Amino acid sequence: MTTNTSPSVSERAQLARKGKEDDTRYSDAALTPPVDVIEDSGGITLYADLPGVSRDKLGLHVASDTLTIEAESDLSVPEALESSHTEVGLGRFRRVFTLSKELDTDNISAELKQGVLKLRIPKAEHAQPRRIEIQAS
Amino acid sequence: MYRSLFPRDMFAEMDRLQREMQQAFDLSPTIRGFGRNGFPALNIGGTPQTVEIYAFAPGVDPSSLEVNLERGLLTIAGKRENALPQEDEKAAIHINERFEGTFRRVLTLPDDADPDAVTAKYRDGVLQISVQRRASSQPRRITVQ
Repeated sequence: MTTNTSPSVSERAQLARKGKEDDTRYSDAALTPPVDVIEDSGGITLYADLPGVSRDKLGLHVASDTLTIEAESDLSVPEALESSHTEVGLGRFRRVFTLSKELDTDNISAELKQGVLKLRIPKAEHAQPRRIEIQAS
Repeated sequence: MYRSLFPRDMFAEMDRLQREMQQAFDLSPTIRGFGRNGFPALNIGGTPQTVEIYAFAPGVDPSSLEVNLERGLLTIAGKRENALPQEDEKAAIHINERFEGTFRRVLTLPDDADPDAVTAKYRDGVLQISVQRRASSQPRRITVQ
C-alpha cells in the first residue's frame, strides 16, 4: 500500500508509538503447542510438540499448582529471506496447566528430543492407588 | 427463506467465516488447496539464490522422512509414531491433540528451482529444505558499455 502524501512529523511520532505498542503486544503472543496427556497408576505423562526448540530455550516452571511450559524456537533463517507462505507465524510457545495436589511436583522429569517434550509427573507416595476393602455386613 | 427454516448453527457459521477469512488472506490459492492445518506445518520463503522450506515435524524418526523432488513438485512424506499406550487398560488419555500416523505434503516449486541442488537437514524437529535457484535466473546487473 502506498500513499502519495508523506505523514507529518506528529503523525510519524504517533506511528512510531503505535509500532512500539504493537511490538510489546506481539512479544507476549505465543502459540499453544498441541499436547498429549496420559495418566496411569504411577503418574501423568505429557508430550508437547515444540518444533525448533533447543534445550536452553525451554523453560518449565512449577508454582504452587500450575505448570507453565514456555519455549522459544531458534531457527536459523538466512538474512535475505522473504517469506511467501507462513503457517507457523510465531516463534514462541506457551501453555499453562493446573496440577492437582496428589502429583509430586518435586520429582518431575523432562526430556526434549527432536522437538518433542516429554514430561513425567509422578504421583506422590501417599496418593498411590490403594484397593479399598469393602466390608460385607 | 430456505435458511430461515433452520435454526442457525453458530459453530458451522463460525467455521464458514473462518474459512472465508483464510481464503481472503491467501492471495495465491493453488489447485492443491490452501494447505492449512496440515502436518507438518510449512513455512516457505526465498532468497535471491535459494528457496527455503521449513517443515515443522517434531518427533519424527529422521530415517522415516522422505523428501522427493520430481517435475517441480516437492513431496515431504513420513510417519510419526504413536506415543500413546496401546494396551494399558489402566491408562487414561486426557488430552490427545498431537498428530499421529503417516503424512504427505506436496508443494510446487518455482520454475527456476534446481532439482540437482537440494539439501535437507532435520534438527530439533524442524526439517529445513534448501533448493538452489539456477544461476541463469539470478538477477544480474548488466553493465552498459
